[in-house]
Amino acid sequence: MNVRMAKQRIVKLRVKRQDGPNSSAYWHDFEVLWQPQMNVIGALMEIRRRPVASGGQTVTPVVWECVCLEEVCGSCTMIINGRVQQSCSALVDHIAPDGETIVLEPMTKFPVVRDLVVDRSKMFDDLKRVKAWVQLDGSHALGAGPRQSQRTQEQAYPLSRCMTCGCCLEACPQVNAGSAFIGPAAISQVRLFNLHPSGEMHEAERLDTVMGAGGVEDCGKAQNCVEVCPKEIPLVDSIAAVGRAATKRMLFGWLLG
Amino acid sequence: MTVIKLCEAGVPVDLFSLVPVKRSHSVCAQGGINASVDTKGEGDSPQVHLEETVYGGDFLANQPPVKGMCDAAPAIVFMLDRMGVPFNRTAEGLLDFRRFGGTLFHRTAFAGATTGQQLLYALDEQVRRWESVDVEDERGEHVPGQRMVRKFEWWDFLALVNDDEGICRGIVAQDLKTMAIRAFPGEAVCLATGGCGIIFGRTTNSVINTGTAASAAYQQGACYANGEFIQVHPTAIPGTDKLRLISESARGEGGRIWVPRDPRERRSGREVPESARDYFLEEKYPGYGNLVPRDIASRELFKKCFHAERGVYNAKSGRNENEVYLDVTHLPREVLRKKLAGVLEIYKKFAGEDPYTNPMRVFPAVHYSMGGLWVDFERAASGSVVMGSPRNQATNVPGLYACGEVDYQYHGANRLGANSLLSCLWGGMVTGPAIAAYRKSLTRGAWDMPSSLFEKAERREQRKFSAILAMTGNENPYVLHDELGKAMLVDCTIERDNRTLAQVVVKIEELDERSRRVGVTDTATGVMNQGAQFLRHLCNMIVLARVIATGARARDESRGAHFKPEFAQRDDATWMRTTLALHQGAANGTPDAVRYVRAFDYSLAGERIRVTDDVDVSLVRPRTRKYEMAGAASEAAKGGLESGGLSSLGDAVQTEKGV
Repeated sequence: MNVRMAKQRIVKLRVKRQDGPNSSAYWHDFEVLWQPQMNVIGALMEIRRRPVASGGQTVTPVVWECVCLEEVCGSCTMIINGRVQQSCSALVDHIAPDGETIVLEPMTKFPVVRDLVVDRSKMFDDLKRVKAWVQLDGSHALGAGPRQSQRTQEQAYPLSRCMTCGCCLEACPQVNAGSAFIGPAAISQVRLFNLHPSGEMHEAERLDTVMGAGGVEDCGKAQNCVEVCPKEIPLVDSIAAVGRAATKRMLFGWLLG
Repeated sequence: MTVIKLCEAGVPVDLFSLVPVKRSHSVCAQGGINASVDTKGEGDSPQVHLEETVYGGDFLANQPPVKGMCDAAPAIVFMLDRMGVPFNRTAEGLLDFRRFGGTLFHRTAFAGATTGQQLLYALDEQVRRWESVDVEDERGEHVPGQRMVRKFEWWDFLALVNDDEGICRGIVAQDLKTMAIRAFPGEAVCLATGGCGIIFGRTTNSVINTGTAASAAYQQGACYANGEFIQVHPTAIPGTDKLRLISESARGEGGRIWVPRDPRERRSGREVPESARDYFLEEKYPGYGNLVPRDIASRELFKKCFHAERGVYNAKSGRNENEVYLDVTHLPREVLRKKLAGVLEIYKKFAGEDPYTNPMRVFPAVHYSMGGLWVDFERAASGSVVMGSPRNQATNVPGLYACGEVDYQYHGANRLGANSLLSCLWGGMVTGPAIAAYRKSLTRGAWDMPSSLFEKAERREQRKFSAILAMTGNENPYVLHDELGKAMLVDCTIERDNRTLAQVVVKIEELDERSRRVGVTDTATGVMNQGAQFLRHLCNMIVLARVIATGARARDESRGAHFKPEFAQRDDATWMRTTLALHQGAANGTPDAVRYVRAFDYSLAGERIRVTDDVDVSLVRPRTRKYEMAGAASEAAKGGLESGGLSSLGDAVQTEKGV
């Protein structure tokens, strides 16, 4: 029995907690039993079943956001051991191979709702601002869409996989309380829709939304965004492409109308 | 899609979503969306698509709505393409299509292996566009400050607001950031709230798929149909928090299922030579091979692992695990990268092995609910449905509509792969116009109702929520959920047996009783409280679990995903009918119960409508499924198939005459 006990691996977690948007933060430590292929979400789920902090005190289970658990919904972003990432794909064996404490914190660039949950509505509002859509005439049957080369599709598809998870904004030094910078995610969507044969017809309108204060010019070229993007979206390329198009429009826009 | 159609009809919409719309479960749909565009010159057509869909569904779906869906599919895919979905293309710049289960045709349009995500995004973008459009009054003038769509994200559905006549006049919902409860009037309500897989614990579903809204509507009088039909997907990655799906498209692109011939094979998958591999699906079903429908594939995998104990041997554990190989390593790397990268990436990240060089290890997992809220349709003379009829997608609660996985309409006893995204889209395309027509038929709208109606509903839900916060028992709701999931998963999925099903029902009653002695894990007020919310979802899951388990217990036959070895044949004479379940609430000491009916009446737009459990099979004659024979799934496909297929098809037709 003792031998079996000794074999049971423990996962240690240290979680930054905050009871509400206006409360101050504090920390709780937890220990849960290790399971094969366990991820950070699996560990948080264990806490929910037995919400006891180290020291034996029963506490409120940690509040966090998750939906798909396979890194396509963008919900479960948090800061894990200082690095912003999805908690579903953060496998315990990778981030704490020798039983190190796993430190979980909410993202810092968005208002905290509770514990590890933050409010990313700014990102969705920004998608509205940059008109991240094709100006459809209607959803009725209007025949086939425009032809596209495989090359265009291969350029557009990776951009279209952006899950609005917020990693790039969290990692970007230009995104902060004192700046209006819109951040890499929305700029990349400008590029995506300007690539589409019908989306391109409204290229100028979309470019206008990222010119001027808080726009593409505010990028400091730190390139952190591309480092942390879980979907490996070429965000730096997107910013460069939109930047070039914006410059062109600024210089010659009055000629083109 | 419903929202877009309503906006186009000039009807403003309040959109409520449990999570930001962009994070909904549709992101998990990987493989694609079916449409018989026939770009490969194979002779595919919407008629073949219809026949294969109802054949795959083992003749439990009403055929007119399926015809409507299959006829509209090419236009739907073209529309999505116009919206900017980055579908894979052919060399000529046209849409590319791939193969999926239950068909021999290339019918599935796809965007890599994240098609659902891409479709959801395109629709979300269009809705976002409508969020920026002003409402217009009757004279076409803009109403300042009022937008066509008001979005309420992070709101949980609590209840319908039904008036004294039983007409749905709005909803009560809860803001999950503050837990504030509010009633909202609406001329009509549409639930597009997805499936209920989380009742089975770990599944391929997202954690939000508890079926809570469907369950709440059912408890307020909506009929739940064919609840016992739960799809188990053959290929998922075993895991401790979730069973992640490996799309059928892996097989559509040529992936093969096998186990080692030697049950004690110690070599790793990639080292096992061709001659030592048992490609059991290809052997047993030479016609459709690895692409037999999911119910059949899952059963074969289950038999291989559970009954024959021939799953992949694990030298460490010394036993045959419940795993088979899904192998794509023989396919060109470039094809895998372009067409399957999204799903192979999931395998690599979560299983920790490179699927480009190692056969993947997979096992079946609960995936989709064919059953759901009962919805109506109006049949047209053409055999399809009458577009714009207020009856389409209407539940039996007047003013309440449902579409997507939450309805029961399109897949019968078993859904074909890549038909779910299609049924969601099509459902929305008919629900929008249906609601617009229903709205016109109303003599009194929601805003003509006394405000007391809404205040009363709001207070009732507030009381319920306060009661949850006051629960101090010693049961943990998450542990109860684990027990529910385990009972349902073990005895209510691939193989069902009446004795164990009876035990499942007893277990559900036990959990129902224990759920009243739960202690809420979080008592915070005024801020996000997931513990209290989960407790509500748990109670609603228990209610739906009862519908699923008792429905399975009652149906003494085997059809599609519902399989009872004791009653191994399909029994059309007795059971080619829809299971119609109505909720009977606890009263006078008797607990909650499910009341099954053969028929009921409901009123809509001034019309009294008689509903029975007969299945409309007027378009495709029911016959026994024979996936051993190529082309058996469609008579109309005869012309497009080679002579070998033709003769086997003849056999199939003859066999079916004897049934």
